[in-house]
Amino acid sequence: MSAGGSAFESIKDLPSRHLLGTGTAMCAGCGGLGAISEIYDVLGEKTVFVNAAGCMTLLSIYPFTPFRGSWLYTAMASAPAGAQGVRDALDLLVGKGRIPPEEDLTVVTLMGDGSANGMALSATSGAIDRGLDFFCICYDNEGYGNTGQQSSESTPLGAHTATDAVGPGHPHAKKDLFGIWLANRPAYAATVIAAEPLDLARKLERAKTIRGPRMILALAPCPTGWGFDPKDSIEIGRLAVRTGIWPLKEYADGRLVHNKKPRKGLGVEAYLEKQARFRHLFEPERDDKAIAAIQAGVDAYWDGASSPASE
Amino acid sequence: MTRSLITGNAAAAWGARLAGIDYLPAFPITPQTEIIETLGRWIDTGEMDARTVMMDSEHSMLTAAGAAAATGVRVFTATSSQGLLYAMEMLFTVAGWRAPFVLVNVSRGLSAPITLEPDHNDVLAARDSGFLQLHCASVQEVVDGVLMAYRLGEDPRVRLPVIVNLDGFYLSFTREPAELPDAEAARAFVGDYDPQGVAFRASHPVSQAVAVLGGGPYSYFRYEMHRAAQNALPVYDEVAADFEARFGRAWPAVEGYRSDDAEIVFVMLGSFATKAMAAVDAMRAEGQRVGLVRPRLLRPYPAEALRSALVGKRAVAVVDQNLSLGYGGILYAELCSALYGQPGAPMLVSFVGGLGGRDIRAEEFFEMVEVARKAADEGRVPEPRLLYTAEEMRELRKLQGIATAERVELASPSPTDPSGDGPSQKERV
Repeated sequence: MSAGGSAFESIKDLPSRHLLGTGTAMCAGCGGLGAISEIYDVLGEKTVFVNAAGCMTLLSIYPFTPFRGSWLYTAMASAPAGAQGVRDALDLLVGKGRIPPEEDLTVVTLMGDGSANGMALSATSGAIDRGLDFFCICYDNEGYGNTGQQSSESTPLGAHTATDAVGPGHPHAKKDLFGIWLANRPAYAATVIAAEPLDLARKLERAKTIRGPRMILALAPCPTGWGFDPKDSIEIGRLAVRTGIWPLKEYADGRLVHNKKPRKGLGVEAYLEKQARFRHLFEPERDDKAIAAIQAGVDAYWDGASSPASE
Repeated sequence: MTRSLITGNAAAAWGARLAGIDYLPAFPITPQTEIIETLGRWIDTGEMDARTVMMDSEHSMLTAAGAAAATGVRVFTATSSQGLLYAMEMLFTVAGWRAPFVLVNVSRGLSAPITLEPDHNDVLAARDSGFLQLHCASVQEVVDGVLMAYRLGEDPRVRLPVIVNLDGFYLSFTREPAELPDAEAARAFVGDYDPQGVAFRASHPVSQAVAVLGGGPYSYFRYEMHRAAQNALPVYDEVAADFEARFGRAWPAVEGYRSDDAEIVFVMLGSFATKAMAAVDAMRAEGQRVGLVRPRLLRPYPAEALRSALVGKRAVAVVDQNLSLGYGGILYAELCSALYGQPGAPMLVSFVGGLGGRDIRAEEFFEMVEVARKAADEGRVPEPRLLYTAEEMRELRKLQGIATAERVELASPSPTDPSGDGPSQKERV
């Protein structure tokens, strides 16, 4: 994708002043917090984050918050419905002249993959259907992370979790939440990852110019849930993109574009072998069949990918 | 002020309209749907300057309602029965946001078995949620109750959402003459919505409903809500006094009907209390000193008003239109707690009736008075009674007979079955 017209031509253009406060209760190396911090830098403090039950619930613990703007904790199933109430109320207040337009806020929901793929799917689909003007962010750590990484509908094939802890691992492929979102025809949708901050910032910047439901799906490498050293969080994120496991893509004006091609010849094992949740695929002996099945899933995805992507 | 013949549902819609609501998140459910349809039509025709949005569930509807109230607009919504239960997580949640709004519940029995007609197990499931509860017995009370609920919930000493309850079918679809307050007078009574700092603004960032760690802060905020709900007792009296001064109708927290000099008193909630009123009139005509006491306000619990209405009576027949399975009547338990240890406390006798809209007939009210009088005479509380007549049992047996006959017929070999050995009954059911 050409960066023409973007405020973010290169990594040097990214905000050097970060808005999200430090010292939160998140785990060291949290890929979800990394993505949210980068997103917050672009969206700014004139925002209200409407949170669903999940890891990020612990961002705001009385009397502390890392946000400069506002926050509303709802429940696991209905953050997008909370966003509807806040958005409609702000529209009413501005429309009726009860608050000046400069008091208006951008409404952002925050959901984990457990919420977004499961009990909040109805509320999310309803919000897209109604054309709600909001950002909908899902930090996807591929399991019920806040309760200790049980399998969720987003857990990938073969991964060990707290509930698929022994044997061959999670028995089926990750749910295509992005595809479900697109079937609802949102105004904008994109996948992002903290390890690709330029791509993330460009997408958020573009989404800011659009009104309606803007859906952001962020893969959130999870040191505690996936089993890796927190210092490797960015490296694992990069590998997710380069091996083609996490396709960076963008949907706008009814068109889907892939932003980065997987690196030729870089197999999924480069990504898998760095995480304890996939260690049973390599030790005590290598399970070539299981690794090939995961590779086949990735290859099949890219064979069917809608448009060529630039490196 | 105009006098109209309207349904309970229309009265609820009029209450919201006259209160000048800004926002109506909605979801349909029988027997409530007429309320959101009526308001939706007024909004579409421009008769109301408000916005409505159809949500994907009652859970979402309550979330949107609470979130909008927490952003600083006046919100109304309505549901029934299964819808109230589906939203239950959010009832408890949004009450803690301290952003008041009004929820009309049109009572309907809970599944299973699924049914349409009313009892109070739905609204009583929300008893401990932090929502205040007003229970209406007439169409007039619904209009007035919605207006009063806004004043009550929005009072700075209270700041809690309010449920206004009316019974499905018996009140929701029954037309009664009702006075509709003049629009300007109603608005003057309710006043403008004041968010009192509970609102999201660019210049005024707020973190709302954040997590707490440990029981200390948690208990503090829960106690604070409890105190606010208790404050609603004197505030209700103020609101009711102001309403009466402006509109001439008195709606005390606890209403007595021919109860002042009564020996034996019924205690009931909602529209079925009007059946008790008719029975009281009939018994009074025979010279029996009976009456009715009806709590309109159930949360906060008007214990003192109930004590002053009931202490000194010989016996009280508590007719619960609900059933706490494995316990009995909920109102009965609450009344026991209000009267226990009080000098001159009456004998309390428990009856359960009116479940799923089951009628309570005049003869049953007469019988309940007899049972209560006998209890007082003998100084012994009888076992709680589940109202059911021999005739009802005969009708039920007929239904069971049909169900059994159908099953046997399905299980018997069909004449066209080529194998001649039809599936066994076990296989077919």
